Amino acid sequence: MADWANHLIIAPIVLPLVAGALLAVYDERRQFLKGLINLFSTLANLAIAITLLQAAAGDAPGVYLLGNWPAPFGIVLVLDRLSAMLILLTAVLATASLVFSMARWHTVGHHFHTLFQFLIMGVNGAFLTGDLFNLFVFFEVMLASSYGLLLHGSGPRRVQASLHYVVINLTASFFFLIGVALIYGVTGTLNMADLAARIPALAAQNRVLLEVGAAILAMAFLVKAAMWPLGFWLLSAYPAAAPPVAAIFAILSKVGLYALLRLRPMLFGGEAGDAAGYGGTLLFAGGLATIAFGIVGVLASQAMTRIASFSLMISSGTVLAAIGLSDTQVTGGALFYLASSTLTIGAFFLLIELIERGQNPGADLIAVTAETMGTEPDEEDTAIARGVGFPGTLALLGACFLACALLLIGLPPLSGFVAKVALLAGLFAPAGEGSAAGLPVANWAFIVLLLLSGVAALMTLSRVGIRAFWAPVDAVAPRVLAVEVAPVVALLLLTLILSVKGGAVMQYMDDTARSVLAPSSYVEDVLSAPRVPPAKAGLQ
Amino acid sequence: MALLLATCIGILAGSGVWLLLRPRTYQVVIGLSLCALAVNLFIFSMGRLRSGAAPVLASTAGTLADYADPVPQALVLTAIVIGFATTALLLVILLAARGLTGTDHVDGQER
Repeated sequence: MADWANHLIIAPIVLPLVAGALLAVYDERRQFLKGLINLFSTLANLAIAITLLQAAAGDAPGVYLLGNWPAPFGIVLVLDRLSAMLILLTAVLATASLVFSMARWHTVGHHFHTLFQFLIMGVNGAFLTGDLFNLFVFFEVMLASSYGLLLHGSGPRRVQASLHYVVINLTASFFFLIGVALIYGVTGTLNMADLAARIPALAAQNRVLLEVGAAILAMAFLVKAAMWPLGFWLLSAYPAAAPPVAAIFAILSKVGLYALLRLRPMLFGGEAGDAAGYGGTLLFAGGLATIAFGIVGVLASQAMTRIASFSLMISSGTVLAAIGLSDTQVTGGALFYLASSTLTIGAFFLLIELIERGQNPGADLIAVTAETMGTEPDEEDTAIARGVGFPGTLALLGACFLACALLLIGLPPLSGFVAKVALLAGLFAPAGEGSAAGLPVANWAFIVLLLLSGVAALMTLSRVGIRAFWAPVDAVAPRVLAVEVAPVVALLLLTLILSVKGGAVMQYMDDTARSVLAPSSYVEDVLSAPRVPPAKAGLQ
Repeated sequence: MALLLATCIGILAGSGVWLLLRPRTYQVVIGLSLCALAVNLFIFSMGRLRSGAAPVLASTAGTLADYADPVPQALVLTAIVIGFATTALLLVILLAARGLTGTDHVDGQER
């Protein structure tokens, strides 16, 4: 039984790999079969993710030695609370966006299902790997599939957006490689746990090189996480992507955040000697700048897809700032916020397409988007047959929009509120200080920006909501299939569950934050992971 | 040898970055390729520069100091393959963008 559970750690990588390869074999004319295989694989992935989460919540990190080589020499996969939670988040989002795409979107281009599975594989691998270079490989798997998915549906706007997206991400990959090479040159290892064990003993003259390497490496992650001066690519890429693709892309920026959250305490945590705490201020300031930029962007946006993209930047910035503070309680709140905001923004991207279907294509893409990209309406949008779908469509869409708005603003009863309260509670009670001492300025700045982001979301979303639902006099209800609304509703219900089960979830997040910020047990578990004893020879 | 290699990396990276900032898509692709070469050489140099040393243990004679570090060589191989594939994909996107917008400017329109 234990053996079987241990091998399950590699399943989130192997399953999408096999499914993706299988899907590549089938002809494009057999869309239904391909969709079925993809759906089966995605659901299996979801089941595996749930099992892994239960396993990770119970005990210490599960370590999987590939090829049975001991840890610093071979490649390891490590499952702990953080990776289990993110894998589950990926699986949930993937299921929702796949079901949504089955209505129509998966047929507008080639190899959607194959690329989709490889994307899942890359994301899962990045969350599981315990090795810097493998992190690079899984990053590239993920990025290569995302290039293909961004192009899905083609059209001038998407091709233009992907050109920028690919060039920027390739450049970021070079930073990744230079950073990894520098770190290897200084420490002689790429295993994350081994790095954590070796850094305290590093000679003083090598520390500068290590810090330079880590800073260059972090550039790659910050580009992915869309920190303020590095994140402008997101605003042309995400609104251009097909809606189910944009929804699954909501998890991609979280991979950058994950890498920072994982590596920073490990490399520059409390036990790192002189190097401890390196880069914290910069991450914190960058996070705040990202939130500020996102607030301005949300207020200035007309198109809903751009509002969603700026909201994604705000959520990235919030988590970044929390990583920079590296306080246990704040990090716990940030993890809850990360889960909640990923589900919200995924649902929002799906919902936007359904809402805008009913409107004149491009009606509210006023000057703002016309200037940044061609004004050509997408041919898919004009091709949609209009007419009434099932009754109450508009009411249902309106309710979903309201739920998304509540989540983005951070009002009860949904999880956006719980997440913000958890973050604020952590910020108001800095660890190790009496309540008599005043709050640091940094905390105040964070608190103010966090609340302002809610206000900005409130103003913009009410403006957009009124225009979309109340202002049109002869509103024609868009033709929406149940299979398209269901994933949106399911994602929003999940946020309700997150908030109803808030206590238990928060407990899990706090445990996660504690283990992430004090990675000594992770390091020990990886470095002392027992090898599987050789099987007895069968012939005796 | 170290000076020569450092100069090579510097020239490659410098020309790569300059081309990367140019407005034509083809220049950008060439710039990316030059950057990739510079990065690969850089990874290689992180395994310490040795000439005439094998990366694979041939016998138990001698010490590890007689051998080159195999890890950066493996990393370079992986990086080359990945860089190659993504450059090919970028070329396809470049051609598609040229066909759809009628210009080879990176922004899809002349300034």
